[in-house]
Amino acid sequence: MSDDWPLFEVFIRARSGLEHKHVGSLHAADVRMAIEHARDVYTRRQEGVSIWVVRSSEIVASDPEEAEALFEPARDKVYRHPTFYTIPDEVKNL
Amino acid sequence: MSSPSAEARFRYILRLADTSLILGQRLGEWVGHAPALEEDLGLANIALDLIGQARLLLAYAGEIEGRGRDEDALAFLRDAPEFRNVSLAEQPNCDFGQTIVRQALLDAWQLGLYEALVGSADARLGEIAAKAVKETRYHLRFSAGWLVRLGDGTAESHARVAQGLEALWRFTDELLAPDALDEEMAAAGIAPSPDALRLRWEERIGAVLEEAKLERPAASPYPWHGKRGVHTEHLGHMLGEMQHLPRTFPDAAW
Amino acid sequence: MYTQALDSPAPEARPGSSGGQAALERRFEERIERDEKIEPKDWMPDAYRQTLIRQISQHAHSEIVGMLPEGNWITRAPSLRRKAVLIAKVQDEGGHGMYLYSAAETLGIARAELLEQLLDGRAKYSSIFNYPTLTWADVGAIGWLVDGAAIMNQIPICRCSYGPYARAMVRICKEESFHQRQGFEIMLALARGTGEQRAMAQDALNRWWWPSIMMFGPSDATSTHTAQSMRWRIKRFTNDELRQKFIDVTVPQAEFLGLKIPDPALRRDEISQHYLTGPIDWSEFKAVLQGNGPCNHERLQARRTAHEAGRWVREAAAAYAAKHGGRGAQPRSAAHIASPRAEAPCHE
Repeated sequence: MSDDWPLFEVFIRARSGLEHKHVGSLHAADVRMAIEHARDVYTRRQEGVSIWVVRSSEIVASDPEEAEALFEPARDKVYRHPTFYTIPDEVKNL
Repeated sequence: MSSPSAEARFRYILRLADTSLILGQRLGEWVGHAPALEEDLGLANIALDLIGQARLLLAYAGEIEGRGRDEDALAFLRDAPEFRNVSLAEQPNCDFGQTIVRQALLDAWQLGLYEALVGSADARLGEIAAKAVKETRYHLRFSAGWLVRLGDGTAESHARVAQGLEALWRFTDELLAPDALDEEMAAAGIAPSPDALRLRWEERIGAVLEEAKLERPAASPYPWHGKRGVHTEHLGHMLGEMQHLPRTFPDAAW
Repeated sequence: MYTQALDSPAPEARPGSSGGQAALERRFEERIERDEKIEPKDWMPDAYRQTLIRQISQHAHSEIVGMLPEGNWITRAPSLRRKAVLIAKVQDEGGHGMYLYSAAETLGIARAELLEQLLDGRAKYSSIFNYPTLTWADVGAIGWLVDGAAIMNQIPICRCSYGPYARAMVRICKEESFHQRQGFEIMLALARGTGEQRAMAQDALNRWWWPSIMMFGPSDATSTHTAQSMRWRIKRFTNDELRQKFIDVTVPQAEFLGLKIPDPALRRDEISQHYLTGPIDWSEFKAVLQGNGPCNHERLQARRTAHEAGRWVREAAAAYAAKHGGRGAQPRSAAHIASPRAEAPCHE
C-alpha cells in the first residue's frame, strides 16, 4: 500500500486584478486536499485571494536546450516596440 | 425578553471560550508530530484560530465579570471545575483518526453556534462570532474532508475512525441537550435556539458520516456536563501542564 | 530557517569526458560568472546538483527537526499571546521545511526519499536542535540566538545561484523577520522580570551561546568545501565571516539585556572593531554532529514515530483518491457548508 502523495504545483492570485503566480509545490492525496494544503502552507500571511493547484506531472515545459530556437528569433523584431519609430516631437497623442 | 444577569452571561461566554481554548490546546500537541508535514501546518492553523477565539471570548468574559481578570488570569488561574468547556473538547488526541472525529463533531457544533450568534442580542458576542464563523467553516471543511477520506480509505483507517466515533459519540449529547443556562440565553436572544442548533448539527454530521461510510453509533446514556464544570479526568492533567508556569511563578509577567 | 555549514564534501566535478560535456561545463561556469540564475531544467554539473540536494535537504531537515525543541513548549507557554506566537513560529518552521523540500524536489529527488535519508540517520541536520529546551527561557534564547544566527547564514543564500533555492530563501527570510524579534522579546520580559526569571534567562544564554556560534560551521581553515561552494555562488561568505558578524551584533544585545556572555575571554578589539571570543570547543560540535549530543536520539525518534504513526493516514488518503478516480477525487461532504465555486483556469 502506497503512502506517497503526488506533487502539486501551486499558483496564487495575490489580490484581485493580478494574475495567478507560481509560488511552489506541495504533496496531497487529492485535489481538495491540495487546495487546503496550499491555503495552509502558502497563504498564512494573507498572500492570496485565489488558489490554483495542478498535478506537477501534468505540466509540460519547454526544453532549455531549445531555448535559443524558441526565443532568440524574437530578438531582432525591434519594430514590435513603439520606441522603434521616430516621430517628430511636435506631433502629439501618438 | 428577560435580561440574564452578568453572572449568567459570564458563565455562558466561558462555555464558548473554554471549548475553543481546550480544543486549541489539544491541537497544539500535534504540531511537529502530524502524519504529514502539510498536516502539521493545517492543524496549527486550526489551533491558532481556536486560541484566537478563546482570547477574544475570555477577555470579554473578564469584562462582564468585572473582577479584573484578564484572558490569562482566566486561562491559567482557574481549576478544572471552574472550566466550562464541553467535555468532548478535552478528550485526548489518541491517533489522528480520533482527533479528526473529535474535530468534526465539534466543528459542526461550533459552526451552527457561531452562525446563530452572529445575530445575537449581545452585539459584542455577535462581532466575535462573525469572525469565528469564517474560521469554523474552514475547520469543518478540513475535518469533514479527512473524516471521509479515513472512513472510506483503507480497512484499517475505516476501523480506526469507526472506533474513534464509538469512543467519542457519548460526549455529543452534551453538545445538543440544553440546560437551564442555554435556555435562559436562548430566551434572551443571546444564544441560538437549542432545537435549531441540534437540527443543523444532525444535518451536517449525518451528511459527513454517510459519505464517510460510517455508522452512527447508538445514543449513550451517560450525560457529561463539562459545561457545568463536571469534567472527565483528562482535563486536570491537561491544565496541570498548561498552567504550570504562571502558577509556579505567580508574581511573574511573561 | 536553520542552515549550518555542515555539508560533507561533495564529489569533485568531473572534467567532461567528451567535447560536448566540456562545452556544457564551460557554458555553465560562464553563466555562474555572469551571476545568472540556474533553473531546474537547465544543464548543470552533477556535482553542483548533488551539492545542492545535500545542502537544501539538510536545511529542510533542520527546519523539520527544529520544530521539536520549541514545540516542546507549546502546551506550556505562559500566556495565551505567547502560545499563539509560538504555534505560529513552529508552524512557520514546518512551512519553511516544505518550501525547501519543494526546492530540492526540482533537482529530481522525491521528498519521500529525502525523508527516508533523515529517518534512517544518513542525512544530517543542524546539530543545534540536539540540545534540550529545559525552561521557558530556552524558547526565548532559540529565537534570539539560533534564529539570529540562522538569519545571518540565510540572507546571503537569497542570492544563491540556484533559482528555486534562492526564491525559497527570499520567502523564508521575509517570514522569519518576526522569529528573532519574538525571541528577544521573551528574553527582555525575563530580564526585566523577577530574580527567578533573570536567572532563567542567564542560564539559557549560558547553554545556548556556544552551540549558536558553532552553527556557522567549522572555521574556514578546516572547512574543505567552502571554496567550491563559493565558486558556484551557492555560498557567498565564509563560515568565519558570518560568525564574526553574528558575534558583533549579538554581544551588545546581551549587554542591553543585562546578561553575561559565558566566555571569560570575550573582548572587544579596538583595532579591528570586532568582538573576539575565546577558543571554540570543536570536539563538542563534532560529537553532537556525529550523533552523540544530548537529544540526537530523542529528535530522530520523534520524527520516526510521527512518520510511522502517520503511515496509515497517508495510505488511507491515497487509497481514497485511487478509489474515487485518482486525481479528481475529493470528498463532497460539507460542500454545502463551505466550498466556493472553483475557478476555471482556462479563462485566464
